[in-house]
Order: sequence, then C-alpha cells, then structure tokens
Amino acid sequence: MTTKDIIKPENLVYAKPSVMNNNTMHYCPGCSHGVIHKLIAEVIGEMGIQDKAIGVAPVGCAVFAYNYLDIDWHEAAHGRAPAVATGIKRLLPDNYVFTYQGDGDLAAIGTAETIHACNRGENIAIFFVNNGIYGMTGGQMAPTTLLGMKTSTCPSGRQEDLNGFPLPITTLVAQLEGTRYVTRQSVHTANAVKKAKKAIRKALENSAEGKGTSFVEFVSTCNAGWKMSPAEANTWMEKNMIPVYPIGDLKDK
Amino acid sequence: MKQEIIIAGFGGQGVLSMGKILAYSSLLEGKEVSWFPSYGPEQRGGTANVTVIVSDNRISSPILNTFDVAIILNQQSLNKFESKVKPGGILIYDGYGISKEPTRTDIFIYRINAMDTSIAMNAAKSFNMIILGGLLKVLPFVNIESIMQGLKNSLPERHHHMLPTNEAAIRKGMEIIEKI
Amino acid sequence: MEQDIKLLKGNEAVAEAAIRCGCDGYFGYPITPQSEIMETLMQLEPWKTTGMVVLQAESEVAAINMVYGGAGCGKRVMTSSSSPGMSLKQEGLSYMAGADLPGLVVSVMRGGPGLGTIQSSQADYFQTVKGGGHGDYKMITLAPASVQEMADFTVLGFELAFKYNIVSVVLADGIIGQMMEKVQLPPYQKRLTNDEIREKYPWATLGKPANRKPNVITSLELDSALMEQRNLNLQKKYKEIEKNEVRYEEIACEDAEYLLVAFGSSARICQKTVELAREKGIKLGLFRPITLFPFPTNEIYAYTNTVKAILTVELNAGQMVEDVRLAVNGTIPVEHYGRMGGIVPTAEEILEVTEKLIAK
Ligand SMILES: Cc1ncc(C[n+]2csc(CCOP(=O)(O)OP(=O)(O)O)c2C)c(N)n1
Ligand code: SF4
Ligand SMILES: [Mg+2]
Repeated sequence: MTTKDIIKPENLVYAKPSVMNNNTMHYCPGCSHGVIHKLIAEVIGEMGIQDKAIGVAPVGCAVFAYNYLDIDWHEAAHGRAPAVATGIKRLLPDNYVFTYQGDGDLAAIGTAETIHACNRGENIAIFFVNNGIYGMTGGQMAPTTLLGMKTSTCPSGRQEDLNGFPLPITTLVAQLEGTRYVTRQSVHTANAVKKAKKAIRKALENSAEGKGTSFVEFVSTCNAGWKMSPAEANTWMEKNMIPVYPIGDLKDK
Repeated sequence: MKQEIIIAGFGGQGVLSMGKILAYSSLLEGKEVSWFPSYGPEQRGGTANVTVIVSDNRISSPILNTFDVAIILNQQSLNKFESKVKPGGILIYDGYGISKEPTRTDIFIYRINAMDTSIAMNAAKSFNMIILGGLLKVLPFVNIESIMQGLKNSLPERHHHMLPTNEAAIRKGMEIIEKI
Repeated sequence: MEQDIKLLKGNEAVAEAAIRCGCDGYFGYPITPQSEIMETLMQLEPWKTTGMVVLQAESEVAAINMVYGGAGCGKRVMTSSSSPGMSLKQEGLSYMAGADLPGLVVSVMRGGPGLGTIQSSQADYFQTVKGGGHGDYKMITLAPASVQEMADFTVLGFELAFKYNIVSVVLADGIIGQMMEKVQLPPYQKRLTNDEIREKYPWATLGKPANRKPNVITSLELDSALMEQRNLNLQKKYKEIEKNEVRYEEIACEDAEYLLVAFGSSARICQKTVELAREKGIKLGLFRPITLFPFPTNEIYAYTNTVKAILTVELNAGQMVEDVRLAVNGTIPVEHYGRMGGIVPTAEEILEVTEKLIAK
C-alpha cells in the first residue's frame, strides 16, 4: 500500500471524534483528562446527541473542557457543577446533561452538591476524574490522596491523624437511593478504555430515561502533579490507586 | 549601586532559581533586593521570567519596563526583551536555538553558549550556573564567594556535594562568555 | 537576629510570621496566588514546635467556619485565600463581625469577576473595605506594599483584632504574595495557655466553670431594640478604630504640587513614578494609605491646601478613588487611573497620565 492508498477514505480505521474540535489541548502530555474527553466526545457523536448534550465544566484542570467538545457548556464555580446541572436538567428534562469534575471539585468543596444531587436522583451523568491530587493549583492534597502519598500540602505524605483518610466518595454515593448506576473505570490500557467508553454511554443513556443519577469515576493519573513520567504514573496508579479504588460496577439497577 | 535585571527563558531552565541565587547572595552582602516572577500555569513548559533588582537603597517598583541587564535564554524572550534594555545596558544571550540574533548597537551584547557547554560537560543541571558565571564576568556586582555561600545556605545538606560542580560551572561560564 | 533576616515570598513571610507571633491555628483551602501560605506552614510543621494547628479544609466556607469556632474559644486563628475563595468566606465574616470575634484573614487578590485570572488585581477593595457580607459591619484592613509588611501586618493584624474584637484583613495582591524580598522576621511570642485566655478574654468558650454563666458566641438577637443596641456598639467600636488606628506613608510629599494616592503593589509602582517625575522636575508626591479601613480621610484632606490635583492609581476600575473623593469633598480634582484583568501599569505609563492631568 502506498501513502496515497492509506489516506483513502475507505481505508480509514480511526478518526478524531467529530464532536471534538481542533483546539490544542492545554493538558500535560500523558494526562488522563485528554483520553476521557475523547471518549465522551465519541459517545456523544455515536449517540447522535450533539444537539442535546449540555456539559458542566468544573474548576480544576478540566476548567477549559468547554474549549474541546463542540456542544453547549456551562462553566460552574468550584464544586458547584452538580447544582448547576440540576438547574439545567430540571428546566430542560429532554436534554442530556452531565458534569465533568475532579476530585477536589467533586469530593472536597463540592461534597454537599455531589451528595444532594445524587440523593435527589437528578437525571444527570456525573463524570468524576480521580487523580488523587489538585492538578490545577500545583499539586496540593486532594480528598482522594492516598495515605503516605506526598503532595505540596502534605510534604511528608498524607497521614491519617492529620489529614484523615482517602475519601471513597463513589462508594458513598452508591449507598444513596437516588443513584441508579455507579461505576469505577480507568483509561490506562486499551482494554480499560473500551470498558470506560461503555460506562460513559450507559450513563448518558440512563440520564435520558429518568431513573436516577449515573456516576462514573475514572481512576486517573496526574503525571505532572505526581512528578512522574506518564508511563511511571500509569504503573504507580495500577499498583497504588486501584487497590484503594477498585475498578468495576458498584451499582447498576 | 543599582542593577535592574530580567532573566527570561523556558520554564524548567532554572530561570527562577538563578534569579533567586542572585538575589539571595546580594542580600548576604547587605544589599536591598527584590525578585518578581511570572507565575501561574504559563510556567508549565511555557516561558518564564523573573525581574531581579539589587540596590544599595530601598527599592521602589519590583516590576519594571526597562532593564540594565537582560539575560535571554530563548528566541521568544529575545524578541520580547531586546528593546527593553536601557541604552548602554547589557544583553547576554544563550546562542542555542536563536535564529534571529540581537541587532541593537546602543547596548553591550554578549553571547554565551551555555546550553552547548552544559551538554558537552554532561551537566545539563549546571546550565543556569554557567549563565550566572557569564553574568558575573561581565558585571561583577556580587562576589563569587557570596554566591557560593548563598548556594550553600539554600541547598539542603544532602546536596552540598554538588557545590564544587556548581562552582566549576560558574567558572566555566566566566571563561566562555564572549562579547559580540 | 542574623538568621531572622531571610529572602522570602510575601506568602511565605505570612506563614513564618504567623508561627512566630503565637498563632494557634490556620485553616485554608488551596487557591492561586496564595497557596504558598498553607504549603509553607505544612513544610514548617509548627504543630511539632509551637503547637500551632494547620489544617487543609474541604472548602473556603468550611475554613472560615473553622476560624469562627477557634476564635470563639479565644484562640489566635487565621485563614487565607484569594478572590473567588474570599467571596465564599463573606458569610462567615459577617457572622464573626456579628459575634464580635477576633481573627486574621489574608486576602491575596487576583483578577475577577468570576473565575477571572490568577494574575494580580486590587478589585476586591470594595468587598473588603465596604463589607462584602451582609449587615453593617467593618473589618480592619491593612494593605502591605512589601514582603516585610506581609510579615509585620500578620502580627499587627492579630494585635488589632484582639484589641477591638474584630476581624483584621491583610489585603495583598498577587504581586506582593509572589515576590521575594529581604524580610526581618518578628521575634517568637508564646502562644497563650488556656488559663491565660480565660483571664484575658472572659467571653471565650473554654468550658463553663461553676462560678460563671455560660459563654455563648452568637450574632442572633430577635429583640429589635437589643439588636439595634448591638449595632450601636459595633458602630462605636468602628469610630474608636477610626480615631486610633489610621496608618499611612508619605513619600516626597513635603513640597508636592500633585499627589498620587495608591495602596499595596500599585504604591510600589507609583513610588518609581515619583522618582521619574522628580528627575524631570515635576513636584509629585505619593500618599500611601496603609489602613484602608480606617481610611486616612483627614490626612488626605489636609493636602487640599497644598496640592493642585490628585491621581489615584489602582489595579481596578476605580474603587479607593471614591474614598479619596469623599475625603477631599470637592475641593480639588481627583482622577483615577486603573488597569484590570491582571495587567499592571508601568511607572512610565503612570507618569504620562500624570503629565496629562497636570496639563489640564
Ligand atoms: C472558591 C475557589 N477556591 C479555590 C479555587 C482554586 N482551585 C482551582 S482548581 C482547584 C482544585 C482542582 O483539583 P481537582 O478538582 O482535583 O481537579 P484536577 O485539577 O486535579 O483535575 C482549586 C483548589 C477556586 N478556583 N475557587
Ligand atoms: S496537572 Fe495533572 S491533571 Fe492537570 S493537565 Fe497536568 S497531568 Fe493532567
Ligand atoms: Mg484532581
């Protein structure tokens, strides 16, 4: 096959999802955010809901998510995305409304909004990127930071007596009557990416059916904040994060 | 005595820490100093710069529009700051990756191939110390002893074995800087 | 003493000074450009030396309420944040004012409104000085213009807070927080023991002994007459502060024909403008309010006899200028020059604006 043959449309095997635009991403190379953005874009495209999807971006590294997916977006204040999404979905019940949040946003400053949106069973999808750190502000401790893990506000490692325990917020929201589908995924291998994509699709489909909140955690890396190469970060995550935040469905009703 | 200096380059080149060593060693000599960085996410792989002022007297604005000395470590910074050097001032630049050389004729221009030298010395981390050496050669407003004392005070004990390497890099910089 | 002179960022100086001045607790939430305050405290681990508590809260709302709790116990407690976080603290600050509680807040301003920018700004002057929360209340506001003052005002802020049972705010901005300068750190002061607190602050809730009534920290008063009395007491306290605590600095003002008025980082830039103006023979002076509440109203008014016009320079659309105009009360022209969104004017730019004002 010559180069000319390869670029023929009928030989196309993979393309950038159409929902994703050409803006250059600001994420560090190797960051999980980029992969998860792409998956959400693919699912929205495949479901044909680009005109009905409304995203709510957090304050965190994903603050500029609205620059990359060509759908309507709101940028929420830090932690308030589930409340903003509640407002949108209650007024536009036929739309596909989702939040995209980091661990600081969702499980620290926004814990109340998270718990209450889930407890009310808001018909939204919550996409939760758990990288165990505050990436955006330069690597401070997050509620999900592992015990012993070093960050700039726990420089000798997180200690339970000073900082409490890693918060398993996903396990918590699974207990609530309002949640319908709660799952933990990751995007560090091709296989994991496939499963994660299925979970995203299910969460968005659920939100249209109106039977409660869907909550998808992505156990993720922040190679910059963890001060590792992307490959090291993946290995570290497999070894340390996944045992604390095991992958799999917690609830599917 | 008053020196108003800008150091500008890529994040990760040691721009901020070089400025800090300059400020701190001047402080040890009893001078007034200020150090003002560009800050924020722009540091991530983007450009970084720091304004360092050393003076015998109280310093007014820590933020400046023109400089006595500009130390320039990439092309973007050269484009941005060449015109900001006061007439009669000094511009020192690393030749690595510079495609458009400085053109001013009313200032003193020095070139120092610190990047190439640090690679040749197999000591990439000494890059900013070579630059510092070049500056001290051209403008010895702070003693090398104070610089070494400053490094010693600010490095944790376990890194003190690096001090001779740093001093060698400074001396190397003094050797290789050349007037254009 | 020698080792107390350091090269520090403004934010780092706050942390060092807090530990040294007997602070009992810090509660905060990360936000640029002030995260180094908590990061430095975590690095210094004062709980192992002075016993000071340092805690990363889950939000600014939580952090200010932790301060409310600690302050009610008579402890020297503080928090710090930047603009979006300061907005969240307003409720708690109003409650602290209503309950006459002392405390220290370091606010390192960035550009707004909304999420805005992490670059420097002074657009939270109104929020801080005019009371960003609900109700008729005020906070002592100290505006540092150097790293030294970041350290000094941390100490002074606590002193004034406990002198008047009021919240003190150190109102800095990204430039002062991020820049490094030489700083002489304050001497170590012991933290008060609980017995000393009981003695000094009889209102503090350290547990009720048999011989006194319960202490209750509250801002609630449903009887309007009593609530009005509470308000009158607050106003009396603010008057007292206005009488005693005005602070300011004058630079090249003796023979000034024109006056710049600026606080914090803009005052530093204006100082350079004054140097440039004097080189050109322009008789320009700089008046720098150090306390923004209480505002140096009378001191500025005093210049209306000798200066022809005033230019205020702020990193905002014109906030402090309103207080300067009130101070001069129409006697001389007052103009404002401001940059916004994280842009900082150069000294030369300010000189140009000044020269235009003079030419008018
Ligand atoms: C009220 C308020 N407080 C603090 C901040 C500063 N801030 C921005 S992002 C962030 C944390 C982000 O961490 P996370 O949610 O885990 O997202 P990540 O960057 O790791 O993806 C903080 C504290 C803010 N913008 N607003
Ligand atoms: S700081 Fe971390 S979370 Fe943010 S873009 Fe970089 S790798 Fe991703
Ligand atoms: Mg995170």
